[in-house]
Amino acid sequence: MNIMHYLADLLVRSLFKADPATWPYTWIAYAVVIGVGALLAFAFVAIFAGPVTWIERRIAGRIQSRIGPNRNGPQGCLQWLADGIKCWLKEDLVPATADKPLYLAAPYLVFTGMFGAFVVLPFGAHVIAADLNVGLLYILAVTSLVVVGLLMAGWGSNSKWALFGGVRSAAQLVSYEVPSAFSLMAVVLMAGTLSTQGIVGAQGGWPWQWFVFRNPFLFAAFIMYFISAIAEGNRTPFDLPEAESEIIAGYNIEYSGMRFLFFLFAEWANMWIMAAVATLAFLGGWQIPGISPERIAEAKGWTFVGWQALSFAIFVFKGTCLVFTIIQIRWTLPRLRVDQLMITCWKYLVPLSMGSATGVLLLMALVREGGIVDWVMRGAMLLVGLLVAGAYIRKVRATFMADRDNYKKMEGRDLWYPPYRLP
Amino acid sequence: MNGSIVQVVLFYLLAALALTGACLVAFSRSIVHSAFALLGTFVGVAGLYALLAADLVAIVQVMVYVGGVLILILFAVMLTARVDEGKESNPTVGKIPGLLAMLAMAGLLVVTAVKAFGPRTVISEANPPSTVSPIGNLLLSKYVLPFEAISVLLLAVLLGAVTIASGRMRKGAGGKQEGEAPR
Amino acid sequence: MGYSYAPLLFVVGFALVIPVAFVLLSTRLGPRRPNPVKTEPYESGIVPIPAPERKFQVRFYLVAVSFLLFDVEIVFLFPWAVRFRSLGWFGFGAMLIFLAVLVLGLIYEWRKGALEWR
Repeated sequence: MNIMHYLADLLVRSLFKADPATWPYTWIAYAVVIGVGALLAFAFVAIFAGPVTWIERRIAGRIQSRIGPNRNGPQGCLQWLADGIKCWLKEDLVPATADKPLYLAAPYLVFTGMFGAFVVLPFGAHVIAADLNVGLLYILAVTSLVVVGLLMAGWGSNSKWALFGGVRSAAQLVSYEVPSAFSLMAVVLMAGTLSTQGIVGAQGGWPWQWFVFRNPFLFAAFIMYFISAIAEGNRTPFDLPEAESEIIAGYNIEYSGMRFLFFLFAEWANMWIMAAVATLAFLGGWQIPGISPERIAEAKGWTFVGWQALSFAIFVFKGTCLVFTIIQIRWTLPRLRVDQLMITCWKYLVPLSMGSATGVLLLMALVREGGIVDWVMRGAMLLVGLLVAGAYIRKVRATFMADRDNYKKMEGRDLWYPPYRLP
Repeated sequence: MNGSIVQVVLFYLLAALALTGACLVAFSRSIVHSAFALLGTFVGVAGLYALLAADLVAIVQVMVYVGGVLILILFAVMLTARVDEGKESNPTVGKIPGLLAMLAMAGLLVVTAVKAFGPRTVISEANPPSTVSPIGNLLLSKYVLPFEAISVLLLAVLLGAVTIASGRMRKGAGGKQEGEAPR
Repeated sequence: MGYSYAPLLFVVGFALVIPVAFVLLSTRLGPRRPNPVKTEPYESGIVPIPAPERKFQVRFYLVAVSFLLFDVEIVFLFPWAVRFRSLGWFGFGAMLIFLAVLVLGLIYEWRKGALEWR
């Protein structure tokens, strides 16, 4: 049972004292609840994308030994609101040479394509707008709307930089969709369903029940999915479409004000979608360790709501961790060249992801689930995962400490700003 | 449930979207606009599939046609020189061949429409079962031969594209406009 | 149509209404003083060279063709992947042939140098 149906039934029962199964106007209640749900999803995107832009800029400032936005609100935490309001007050410019219908329509298309993917993201045990039977394919499909939107923006702007950026984006997005789809196919093989809730349900709360640690091929698939997700989100090291040293800003160069904001908004929301898909497909989704989904479904009243909230928190926490990894990668690695980008995709990621899917197949056919080999593999992969995470944290900490020592020497001088202060 | 009215309204909305797209494709003066208008047709048709509870087909329609074919057409159109002039789109072939083609198409549609008026299965359930796994089953049992034939067809497509494109690449006809910005 | 698709309608509706409303509000609030210099295409502040050359490398076309190919393949692979547990070795073999033919295509592309970007 979907939480929306549950709420709608509750509404009908409590407000109108009617039986939802027979009452003729139940569908209005459904419509209201679903509408509110869609609005909440939008609010989530806005509230997620906003502050994360500020946090990213602070992190970037720290990584580049500068301060970053710190004026609006305490530590600059209202910067994103100020930016949003500013975009409203800006002039909505249309270049004289632009292909007007295409130029004007492109931001909407990009936004719709991005926002559409939120429908199938399982935010919690029953917190999902629509659990489609074709969930994963649906996410891949709506991404293609974004590609068309970017091409439209590039062509409609009638500026060579926008055109180059748009075509590059389109080529990059479609290319990297192939390895990401193959990596996800490894998961579909394991789960035997395309529904996002089904995939989460096939995993468990504990890390050794997650798909990523099931066997080495799935681990490889996760890493390849993550790389392609960064590329699909146009993030450094794959942000060639907006390489400012070559083509200034890419497809959105001629846009201003609110329309420009929608492109940025879509980019941020896209980052969250990619992180969420990686979470639900590989990292156990919203699953609470030690609590089975059946127990959540059977719970009543406040316990039910409590489990929902906890599963929501777990999902958002996992997704946010991935988002911050993406942010850190962005500010750490240099940009690739166009040829390197395409070679990385077609010569490495595509064959490797096909290979990993085939490997998962073979292991599924040869290794009995729950057998000794299965558990040895899970244990080994968990160990590898812990080692990777440990090494990553150690490296970050070492860099941080070195930075801190350097800054200590400058204490008291002008412009001194301790790096260990708030972000 | 009053879902049926919603369904009818949706059907006409989606049909209107598909037809508007098709009309724009046919009548637009600019070939690029025609290509972009295809988007409306593809999405409208996908919506109609979803309305018929054919979930996999709807998704495939968006994935393959919007994600693949449309991008291909757009790249092809943008590759073509002289698109700016806007006279490339829709040259007329003459009235007689056009009429013949139209009649043939109309005949085909009428035959299909008449056929469709046989006994129908009405999907009455609120949540019809997924079509994904039955299709997966059929593809690898009853229709396994066409399925393999498709892979050969796809291979032929790729070989053809590589052959044509590598000819162009050697001649350098594509130039170096994109990758390196003019300095 | 299943009710599971109903939220989709709402979301698409919102995805169309919200941006339009925002942009309309922005055109109300923002100034509107276009001038010839402001509305010419961006060219880092210098006078733009007349028309952008709308030509691409043919490679982009090749990328699109390769993608279309793999896209169709993915579309066929996913329903099969859902059913893999019950289809058994026959399905496995049929899929392997399907994949092998397409991998052949990828290898051909590779050998022909169509994947190189010079």
